[in-house]
Amino acid sequence: MDVAQLKRQLFEYTTLLFHEGFLDEQFTQLQQLQDENNPDFVVEVVSLFFDDSERLLNELAKALDQQNTDFKKVDAHVHQLKGSSSSIGAQRVQRVCITFRNYCQDKNVEGCLKCLQQVKHEYSLVKNKLETLFTLEKQILAAGGSAPM
Amino acid sequence: MGAAAEPRFHVLAVDDSLVDRKLIERLLKISSYQVTTVDSGSKALEFLGSLVNDDRSSSDALPSVSPSDHQGVDVNLIITDYCMPGMTGYDLLKKVKESSSLRDIPVVIMSSENVPSRITRCLEEGAEEFILKPVRLSDVNKLRPHMMRTKKLKDQEQESQEEPERHGDEIGLPPPPCQHELETQQSQDPQTQQIQQSQQPKSGNNSNKRKAIDVEEGLSPDRTRTRYNGVATF
Repeated sequence: MDVAQLKRQLFEYTTLLFHEGFLDEQFTQLQQLQDENNPDFVVEVVSLFFDDSERLLNELAKALDQQNTDFKKVDAHVHQLKGSSSSIGAQRVQRVCITFRNYCQDKNVEGCLKCLQQVKHEYSLVKNKLETLFTLEKQILAAGGSAPM
Repeated sequence: MGAAAEPRFHVLAVDDSLVDRKLIERLLKISSYQVTTVDSGSKALEFLGSLVNDDRSSSDALPSVSPSDHQGVDVNLIITDYCMPGMTGYDLLKKVKESSSLRDIPVVIMSSENVPSRITRCLEEGAEEFILKPVRLSDVNKLRPHMMRTKKLKDQEQESQEEPERHGDEIGLPPPPCQHELETQQSQDPQTQQIQQSQQPKSGNNSNKRKAIDVEEGLSPDRTRTRYNGVATF
């Protein structure tokens, strides 16, 4: 595939992600902060998000596995996850977190467990899609194309 | 330190989130600010203290210098997250404003939650602005006037800086907690109207603020972003 085709593929893929709500305008903001001097900014921030999210999801599973659920702790973790997903534009993850926090405030364990499954699902979806996006970008660069933003 | 003809403004960014620290750092650097990031309020105070005193001889964590000596502290703005474990952004704000050597440094609060009472309290405690996360370049662009104003004050070497009482009528109440607050993501307008009416104008050299409430253009349907600005008038 030549560079032009790869670029078109990337464009269509990205548009789809926005359209399906996986990413929101905050992701565009991140892309705009990237330039020739900081060509890996988006990948770097998103990698931090991946690490952070995986840590938080583990903590959440642990906290919800306790006999007496410490809802404050659970809420604190969800708050963090909501914040970081919002900062990178991972809209669907952020939205599940909002619901998740409501269940925390209601001290509803069932609801929390359900949300945990949901947020894990949404997280793995967006992770997958972002990794695909980054792979496409790398292909463009490898094929001699310039920074695809 | 840069030897540029125009010295850069130095911003201290405080946030416990690694993702947000990375983001704010980039936003500030792309705006040509010198940036220091720390992950807690106590580390922020440590850093600020280390700029004033080379050695901390007093047991008090806060630097103690005479009110007119601002030269040691080379931070032009503090931007801090509100919700942090241990010392919140509000606690940090209070400590900065209570310190004779630090109180002139403008403080901006960031928060992911749009809680009117929280915003009011921060502005009343002396925060210049309250920015809703996620922070954008347009938010960072609004910081420059605050830094320029403080630099102007330093240059003028004001002799008497009478700080009016920063406590509102709600002096006895604790600040709103970070958890278990209502997410007021819809129907902001009635509440923002209330805030505008309940604020009392303060007189004084550098604290005469008109608080304008901006509503950002291009709001996405699922959330509103209302930002509260403090505008100093001379």
